[in-house]
Amino acid sequence: MMNWLTQHLRALLFSLRRLLATPVANLLNVLVIGLALSLPMGLYVLLQNVQSLADRAVGTPQLSVFMNMGVGKDDIARIGRQLKQSEAVDHIEFVPREQALEQLKRSTGLADVIGGLTQNPLPDAYVVYPKRTDAQTLETLRDEVRKWQKVEHVQLDAAWAHKLESLLKFGRAALLILAVLLSIALVAVTFNTIRLQILTRRDEIEISRLIGATNGFIRRPFLYFGLLQGLLGGIAAWLIISLSLHLLNVGLIELAQLYASNLALFAPSAGDGLALLLFSACLGWLGAWLSVVQHLWRIESK
Amino acid sequence: MISFNQVCKRYPGGYEALKNISFDITEGEMVFVTGHSGAGKSTLLNLIAAIERPTSGSVIVKGQNISTLKGGALPYLRRNLGLVFQDHKLLFDRSVFDNVMLPLDICGFDHRESASRARAALDKVGLLPREKTTPIALSGGEQQRLCIARAIVNRPSILLADEPTGNLDAEYANDIMDIFKSFHQVGVTLLIATHETGAGALLGARTLILKQGELQSTDETTSHSTKLSNIDSQVAAYPAGSGQT
Ligand SMILES: Nc1ncnc2c1ncn2[C@@H]1O[C@H](COP(=O)(O)OP(=O)(O)OP(=O)(O)O)[C@@H](O)[C@H]1O
Ligand SMILES: [Mg+2]
Repeated sequence: MMNWLTQHLRALLFSLRRLLATPVANLLNVLVIGLALSLPMGLYVLLQNVQSLADRAVGTPQLSVFMNMGVGKDDIARIGRQLKQSEAVDHIEFVPREQALEQLKRSTGLADVIGGLTQNPLPDAYVVYPKRTDAQTLETLRDEVRKWQKVEHVQLDAAWAHKLESLLKFGRAALLILAVLLSIALVAVTFNTIRLQILTRRDEIEISRLIGATNGFIRRPFLYFGLLQGLLGGIAAWLIISLSLHLLNVGLIELAQLYASNLALFAPSAGDGLALLLFSACLGWLGAWLSVVQHLWRIESK
Repeated sequence: MISFNQVCKRYPGGYEALKNISFDITEGEMVFVTGHSGAGKSTLLNLIAAIERPTSGSVIVKGQNISTLKGGALPYLRRNLGLVFQDHKLLFDRSVFDNVMLPLDICGFDHRESASRARAALDKVGLLPREKTTPIALSGGEQQRLCIARAIVNRPSILLADEPTGNLDAEYANDIMDIFKSFHQVGVTLLIATHETGAGALLGARTLILKQGELQSTDETTSHSTKLSNIDSQVAAYPAGSGQT
């Protein structure tokens, strides 16, 4: 057991030394891998940001029923009753026009503009929480309520959220394709690096074989090299993304200040980052393994 | 320890390098193989180390049949063998010291113990002062001695040496032979291929004589002088003494 461990440790150190022996060439390799990984990872981070933005902006999908300006108390109560009686409705909430204005002031940061108004431009409204939130139900409900008297306008609040959702779905599909393609690129890069290494270390491999090296002993340094290179590539990708997000946020903060809100892209979580490292290390190992299996077999059968 | 039974070796080109060879080497024996260039000496040693496989017949080493040996068992067989290659097979991208460390690293020995063993082996062949240089900087004879150091560092039970003194002057050739003798004394089985026909006789060892892939005779030490006269000009062409003083 101890022996097994030291053998692996030695192979790891040996690979590390090999990596540091030609720093420029290996740095370029690591950079290529890092760039390849940072594309899907960057897209992933972007999608996550959009998703969380969407989650914050809309809770559950809802309907806003705006009534005519200057609608009477009786009509307000009637419409409330009618809504409650509707089968599709779960519960409703009355938003008086004063409250709506107050909310608008607070949430959008347009206090200055609104303060300058001489009269409240907002109507009284009901917020309707439907039982089911699929697009079909919502649209039927909207079309029905729209026909009622004293109802000015029915707004399907979540319509854009639905559109966003399908857009995100598309984004995730694109991410998957990108991730698969660039993973293949990573494996190919490692495969090629290891192939060159095997070719230049042919003598060493053959001589080691002649004096009793097992296949495992011969493979190990190459596999560890692939693993290390993948890992370093993952770290490079992480750095690239963190740096890009930092630069983007500097720009965003300025932009957000103009709109008096705070908007900032968040970096990938530690968990996501570690998953990235694990993934890239595994891919590096896989590329090395494929290369080793193919080329060592060729040397053996020579 | 080593046993050949009707072994033939035909190379892919169709050339028959060894024809119907049979002999036995018992444990702890020191045996020389001589013969003209191209007689099949290296081929014979390569068969023992399973670097080549016999076309027919069986080669048994330490009770294991080489031709049926599984790939996984091969490394462990080779760790019991010390191999001195005719072309040295040194690694030029690492130091003399690291070359000798290689067999120990392969076996996974403790580093500190390995280092002292490697230095002892280098000291034996007189290369300890050169441990930090690379083999490129060594002369032909020094490279040969390095190859010997690498072969013995693992304390193998069988030592196969292919022309171990080919490039050495008389003094070093004697030193190397002394090393082999000391190995012989501690019970190591030795098989030494050399074109110097007298070498075996001088050490009182059995000599296998190959001619064009055939085993000409097993030249026992006791009947050395009588057999010698029967052998053709090959032997006469290499009068004893070229490597020995
Ligand atoms: N890999 C090979 N493929 C084809 N023929 C080979 C191969 N190796 C050796 N031979 C042939 O087999 C014959 C015996 O070769 P071998 O190397 O065993 O001779 P040797 O006795 O060691 O000669 P030397 O004293 O020159 O080293 C030679 O004629 C050689 O051409
Ligand atoms: Mg030879």
